[in-house]
Amino acid sequence: MELFKIKRDIPFMSYGRYTTAISLVTFLIAVAFLFTKGLNFGVDFTGGTVMEVHYAQTADLNKVREQLSGTGFPDAQVQNFGSSHDVLIQIPLKANKVGSKLSENVFINLCQSEAASSNGSFETTCPQVVRSYCEQRLKEPNIAKYDLGWKESYGLSFNCTTPLLKKDDEAKVTLRRVEFVGPQVGKDLVENGAMALLLVSIGIVGYLWIRFEWKFGLSAIIANLHDVVIILGFFAFFQWEFSLSVLAAVLAVLGYSVNESVVVFDRIRENFRKMRQAGTAEIIDNAITRTMSRTIITHGCTQMMVGAMLFLGGETLHYFAMALTIGILFSIYSSVLVASPLLMMFGVSREDFIKPEKVEAEEVLP
Amino acid sequence: MNRYPLWKYLLILAVLVAGLIYTLPNFFGESPAVQVSPLRNSVKADLALLTRAETALKSANLAPQTITLEGNSIKARFADTDTQIKAKDVLRTQLGDDYVVALNLLSRSPQWLTNLNALPMYLGLDLRGGVHFLLQVEMKSALAKALEATSGDIRTTLREQNIAYAGVNHDGKIITIKFRDDATRSKAQSELKSRFADYNLNSQEVGGEFLLQATLLATAERRIQESAVQQNLLTLRNRINELGVAEPVIQQQGIDRIVVQLPGVQDTAHAKDILGRTATLEVRMVDDEHPINAGSVAPFGTEIFKDRDGNLVLVKKQVILTGERINDAQPGFDNRNNEPTVSIGLDGIGARKFKEASGENVGKRMAIILFEKGKGEVITAPVIREEIGGGHVQISGKMTTEETQNTALLLRAGALAAPMEIVEERTVGPSLGADNIERGFNSTKIGFIMIAVFMIVYYLSFGAISVVALGANLLLLVALLSMLQATLTLPGMAGIALTLGMAIDANVLINERIREELRNGITPQAAIHAGYENAFATIVDSNITNLIAGIALFLFGSGPIKGFAVVLCLGILTSMFSAVLVSRAMVNLIYGSKSRLNNVTIG
Repeated sequence: MELFKIKRDIPFMSYGRYTTAISLVTFLIAVAFLFTKGLNFGVDFTGGTVMEVHYAQTADLNKVREQLSGTGFPDAQVQNFGSSHDVLIQIPLKANKVGSKLSENVFINLCQSEAASSNGSFETTCPQVVRSYCEQRLKEPNIAKYDLGWKESYGLSFNCTTPLLKKDDEAKVTLRRVEFVGPQVGKDLVENGAMALLLVSIGIVGYLWIRFEWKFGLSAIIANLHDVVIILGFFAFFQWEFSLSVLAAVLAVLGYSVNESVVVFDRIRENFRKMRQAGTAEIIDNAITRTMSRTIITHGCTQMMVGAMLFLGGETLHYFAMALTIGILFSIYSSVLVASPLLMMFGVSREDFIKPEKVEAEEVLP
Repeated sequence: MNRYPLWKYLLILAVLVAGLIYTLPNFFGESPAVQVSPLRNSVKADLALLTRAETALKSANLAPQTITLEGNSIKARFADTDTQIKAKDVLRTQLGDDYVVALNLLSRSPQWLTNLNALPMYLGLDLRGGVHFLLQVEMKSALAKALEATSGDIRTTLREQNIAYAGVNHDGKIITIKFRDDATRSKAQSELKSRFADYNLNSQEVGGEFLLQATLLATAERRIQESAVQQNLLTLRNRINELGVAEPVIQQQGIDRIVVQLPGVQDTAHAKDILGRTATLEVRMVDDEHPINAGSVAPFGTEIFKDRDGNLVLVKKQVILTGERINDAQPGFDNRNNEPTVSIGLDGIGARKFKEASGENVGKRMAIILFEKGKGEVITAPVIREEIGGGHVQISGKMTTEETQNTALLLRAGALAAPMEIVEERTVGPSLGADNIERGFNSTKIGFIMIAVFMIVYYLSFGAISVVALGANLLLLVALLSMLQATLTLPGMAGIALTLGMAIDANVLINERIREELRNGITPQAAIHAGYENAFATIVDSNITNLIAGIALFLFGSGPIKGFAVVLCLGILTSMFSAVLVSRAMVNLIYGSKSRLNNVTIG
């Protein structure tokens, strides 16, 4: 089977003006969204608390919201996460007045309200809490004081003598995940992310410079940073959460899509040596046409993997895979239709590869 | 042309077999287990403990699948979690307070694999469930504490030397001493210079007052910070032992942060309590007049404590000093007989009280007791040889260097050197962890199958070879991750999927190249050869740019992202090996021996 049987080279370079214009426009739109809407930074960067709570029945988001604003968190964001049974609660940093015990407080409050509304006991609603309470009470020498703390904070006391047969998976409410990030950590993560981006860019330009020529390095990195900006533009436009793993995906895309440019550049260099008579535009057209089949197939294969992650990887990997998907699609376009016209613009020529001494030797011969 | 020498085939085969062996442990799954390990270094897990644990379990009618002594702990495997939890309770009550009894998961892989050091991949907290804390040590208060202590020492020194001063204050990294005239100041300067080498002294006149400013040197500041972090690390380690966690991770991160990872822990509230708890030290006199043995009642005005080796010590209730009076404790050597010692520095009030108490009790023993959660433990109980003044106490006698180091740390670790704050917390429940594994595994599986089907349809037999090479890549990557025991996180699993998706690139490049060469009219053998040769440089180039991104992520990433970066970098290496060497070896084996090859099936 062969999908790309192209007899004649496609004159990509003659479309150069249009493709550059298109990418300039998409780039500017992306930048505009970044400035007007901004990125929806996740808790990793802004700091704050995220809790993922699983309900055995369909979760009533409004009730959770009411409960949270009633206990002093009117700023809390409540949304479904993956399924109607899972709730994601985000509490910004400044709303946190209880310090490190915030997540426990919120969860116990949710358990209490769920127990009240379903007419169940606290023990059957949240065995998780009760089990750790009882385990602790057995170890703690000062039982009365420990019990008192619970009474004061939550108005709860449990009977630990009856065996707790309920397992976590029979619970009505379970705390699946808590993430708390302090302000200092968030700042560090932003700084480290920026440093990583810078290092990758410098590393790639440097490598391509050594391997090819500065013109190649520069046009590859411009083309690929253009991809990065477009990914960010998508995240700004749809207000998808920009988390640490999305940042990792963006950097991975940068490394990956430079691949694409490298393959085309390799061909261009080869063509400069082989096609002695051809002009630069012809050489680039030929290189792109010859590598196009590989480009589409490779990206298609990578996208199959990424697509599997996008649909099966769950909520945590969803935006990671989304960033990769956008990156992969745009890198096909940019490495071919942005990097190569840029290379032309920088004035790449045969002399960049074939040393002048050789040319002189040829002149002497006839 | 397309032939490898025998050694090359054998080498590739050997690598693949090794890969298979190291991947194997991941397939056996894990069974619930209980792990018993000693709370202190002085106690060792031995065969006697093993028999004790065995009989305890037998009398409770709980039969472990296996029970073994491994390293310094006893590990008992059980068929299900119910028995596991019952066994934990039995062992905890039977073996007493000297051991940590923790729930754990142990690989079911057979012994011969474990002997080869072939272990399953080490799962991160987001896959196995647990708590991750990042604690920030407040260095400001550590410095303030150190300067406070030095200020006290300066006062004592000046008083002892009969040098009149008007006041000693400290602010930030500077201690300011006021004098009434220039002469006393220069006298003080020469006196203090030799004793306080960590400070830079310079004189100043402000508003008619003669000031001497002692500025903390940068090297000394760094030392204070380092020892503060070390001390907090030790304190945390002691406290976490008590939580009963099978494989806790307690590590320094950066200059002033500590990472605490507690796999399997769900009760974060309790964990936070323990991390933030304060402990106290007390110095009291030992009562050696009344003989004691196990079960005897302490006479009036005394209490019984255990020391770190479990011996009973009878101690008077009257407190001479509390830990707040101890500034510093350092291991060192006696300059007379080179015996390892612990030197303790006391503040002004402490020094005075200690002088009185030691003067009255020459020849008697003094106990230093660490109180945590209302429970005391004697760290050391040395004999007082003579009256000790000046606030510098040296404890010596039959201690190894290691012991003096531990004692010094414990004396300092009575309380945390500096308060700590939780700046990051990540808790993942076990059910979410299991879900994450399943999702990661499923997406990799489905993605792999899709790629495999496409490659075989598109490139026929060369596609099949590429798929086998991709499978080899997965095998080698998992083997490498298992061998290195690198932490596998959910982003790491995504990394495995992504590297597989990217690795196919190399094979596509090669296959496309071969097709192109065939189209140019070269013989199949030459086309195969040219395809591999020409594609190689491009493969290396494109992998290196990926590697650059991976390394940057590794350097600047944290936690799960680091896991992703590790997988990405390792995956690039394995994919180079498998796409180039493994697939070439297969092609050579299939086609290389045929002298007349008229047709290759490449679609």
